[in-house]
Amino acid sequence: MDKKKTVNLNLKQYGMVFAMIIIFIVFYALTGGTNATPMNINNLIMQNSYVVILATGMLLCVLTGNVDLGVGSYVALCGAVAGKLIVEQNMSIPVAILAALAVGAIFGAFNGFFIAYLNIPPFVVTLAGMLIGRGLTYTFLENKTVGPLPDSFVKIGAGFFATNKVSFGGGTIDIVTILVAVVASVLIVGAELKKIKTQQKYGFAMVPMWQVGIKLAATLLILWFFFFKIATYNGIPLILILMGVIVGIYHFITSKTVAGRQVYALGGNEKAARLSGINTKKVYFWVYTNMGFLSAIAGIVLAARNASATPKAGDGFELDAIAACYIGGAAASGGVGTIVGAVIGAFVMGILNNGMFLVGLSTDFQKVVKGLVLLGAVTFDILSSKKKN
Amino acid sequence: MSDYILEMKHIVKDFSGVKALNDVNLKVKRGEVHALCGENGAGKSTLMNVLSGIYPFGTYTGDIVYNGEIVKNKNIKDSEKKGIVIIHQELALSPYLSIAENVFLGNEQMKVNGVIDWTQTRNKAQEMLEKVGLGHENLDAPINSLGVGKQQLIEIAKALAKKVDLLILDEPTAALNDEESAQLLEIMLKLKKQGITSIIISHKLNEISYVADAITVIRDGQTIETLTKGVDDFSEDRIIKGMVGRELTNRYPERTDCPIGDVVMEVKNWNVYHPEDPHRQVLKDINIKVRAGEVVGLAGLMGAGRTEFAMSVFGQQYGQKITGQILMHGQQVEIKSVKDAIAHKIAYTSEDRKNYGLILFNDIKWNMSLAALRGYFSKNGIVDENKEVLEAENYKKRINIKSHSVHQEVGSLSGGNQQKVILAKWMLTEPDVLILDEPTRGIDVGAKYEIYCAINDLAKSGKAVIVISSEMPEILGTCDRTYVLNEGHIAGELSKEDLSQEKIMKCIMQDNNRKGE
Repeated sequence: MDKKKTVNLNLKQYGMVFAMIIIFIVFYALTGGTNATPMNINNLIMQNSYVVILATGMLLCVLTGNVDLGVGSYVALCGAVAGKLIVEQNMSIPVAILAALAVGAIFGAFNGFFIAYLNIPPFVVTLAGMLIGRGLTYTFLENKTVGPLPDSFVKIGAGFFATNKVSFGGGTIDIVTILVAVVASVLIVGAELKKIKTQQKYGFAMVPMWQVGIKLAATLLILWFFFFKIATYNGIPLILILMGVIVGIYHFITSKTVAGRQVYALGGNEKAARLSGINTKKVYFWVYTNMGFLSAIAGIVLAARNASATPKAGDGFELDAIAACYIGGAAASGGVGTIVGAVIGAFVMGILNNGMFLVGLSTDFQKVVKGLVLLGAVTFDILSSKKKN
Repeated sequence: MSDYILEMKHIVKDFSGVKALNDVNLKVKRGEVHALCGENGAGKSTLMNVLSGIYPFGTYTGDIVYNGEIVKNKNIKDSEKKGIVIIHQELALSPYLSIAENVFLGNEQMKVNGVIDWTQTRNKAQEMLEKVGLGHENLDAPINSLGVGKQQLIEIAKALAKKVDLLILDEPTAALNDEESAQLLEIMLKLKKQGITSIIISHKLNEISYVADAITVIRDGQTIETLTKGVDDFSEDRIIKGMVGRELTNRYPERTDCPIGDVVMEVKNWNVYHPEDPHRQVLKDINIKVRAGEVVGLAGLMGAGRTEFAMSVFGQQYGQKITGQILMHGQQVEIKSVKDAIAHKIAYTSEDRKNYGLILFNDIKWNMSLAALRGYFSKNGIVDENKEVLEAENYKKRINIKSHSVHQEVGSLSGGNQQKVILAKWMLTEPDVLILDEPTRGIDVGAKYEIYCAINDLAKSGKAVIVISSEMPEILGTCDRTYVLNEGHIAGELSKEDLSQEKIMKCIMQDNNRKGE
């Protein structure tokens, strides 16, 4: 390489991270610091876990240029199946969970079949799924709440990982959490170093060092902020582990695998994808089946956290998940978007919700703010990419 | 009034620092057909967009003098009010609306504000259609029931309905076959007699030398020269010289040292029915074979079934009730999907690169790796991103793709470079047979030459190549052997020695006559 090639980080990708930090700081000021207490940080994670899980699945639907409107209903239905089997049939918890997961996957496959093999528009199929799922839930639960669910089940949604607390300052701190944070930091830095090494090896264009430094510093700062807070509370929520694993897996699938690339290609240009040897029907089928499966996981987690299954559960979750994807930079027309973006989108909404709740805004008005944020984020996204061209 | 209906003086237009137009001058005489020629990216379309107000006054510098007055168009409506109407390459018709409605699209005939006067709409539409030779069409038929050629004429009717004085046609014949193109050119000449001035942008130089009274050549955003009929040499070679700035002595590079080997692919008794109509046979008993190192042409008029044949062979992407055999290297193979076709080393590049070939907002490397993703670029389902970049860089150099890096979006490349990306994409699947459907449609002379060189290299490396083309000179210039398709079957086979434009047409005519008997 005669001249060292450099390429700048795409700032737009990180715009939403800045927005998230700013929103957090604004509410920090408005609530006098209440939103940064260890307990609130813990709540923030627990309350948003379902949306994050759903947003990972929804992102795949959005990548194909569509959405799944039935998500909230599948969440309720799968929670109801698990709850009813445990409470009324005295079934063992693992069996009940498997049953709920199967119901979700089957529902997803049902949608996927209509979408992929009968060419029915996803909007229509999942709108029908929304009605069918909600109706089935009400019928199945006979319009009643089922509970209370046993503690061993509730633990999934409200429990914590093993802790080893030592006194620290005025309170205690969990060593396990800190250890996990250290390992995560090492992995993050290691991955970045490995990337730089490959770039050097092949002579690819490099991101300037100072930009990599800022990116790493910001990532680690956010990571340590969260982990420090939860360490001084009860340690790592089980649900955070579940969420981390799901996000990790789907991030890997979308960014590194052939299957993931096929979803992007389908969303970018379906005809071109088909003529490149991609079985587009199969992609549609699996994307929607997967959405049903992830909805089941969210449904189980929600039922566990509430210690009960109610027919109204998950109402409006589909909209939160869709909004998270769009706020996170996914294009409504398909082919553009990332899992990390969707997760950040979910947290932007979560921090907003949480902050507005702490400030004491009415839930009615909270919706107005959420709507405006969604509109603003997407408008900004589209206008700024137009300017670039 | 001056002799000139339009004078564009010292037009400069830049896009964030890049000068697309740099001091362009254009003078169009009243009542003439004026052609604009230039390679892709030379600035022809930008110039016309400046004229029609798509780039409003103030975003460019220089003067537009129209009918002796300086005009300052703020938008298209402004320029249309003055009688300047532009017809873009992509048709601006609404597919499910009727012909009459489309003729007055955006220009609805009204009695009361906002309420359409249907009687007047239909009467006037009929009048306009007669002017473009479509007087016999059913006014209430949806526009998508017409072929592309007729739709292009409807666009002209639509322009006439707006009381046009200066008609601008951007590549009007790019999607038309020879017959339709000829009809369109005749209509242009007819309009000229009625006093309408037109500006035509086209890559088809034979059409330009036929229809134009003057030709202005633009290169790299600058006016190079204006040629006038009867004064200057109007030959294609002369125009090309102006466009590329040098004489292109041979538009088709010679293929030397390219021995023709064994039969690679053979298609036998191929029959295909229309995908929506199981009783309509589209392809009848087609038998073709292609050898290693050989370039075989598929000639024929639009609608002869060439693309349908290629798509049906390529993993049954067209038609139903397909019967027949495909033999690769003498072995019969089952090809039911594109994946099978790729596995059996067949590649197909579509005639419609934007809709069927590329993902425009993805970068070069992703587009290149797409067809070979499962085999060449991945292991256990995980994509090797380093290999992706390396191979993309490799092909970028090898077939001379002009871009600043392989991370550039393909949508921002010129048509010729996009075509090269598609070629690279299919070369990466390591095929034995490449079917190239209209590989040079809508791309400029220089890029065409490079595509022909790439085809030669493929043949030299022992690949079998099938070229489908509507441009007969292209078939003559590139193919060793040519099948002539007519109405879904083979009308004749011509060897290189026998090949001429006349022979191909004769083949088709004789075939039509045989049917008539």
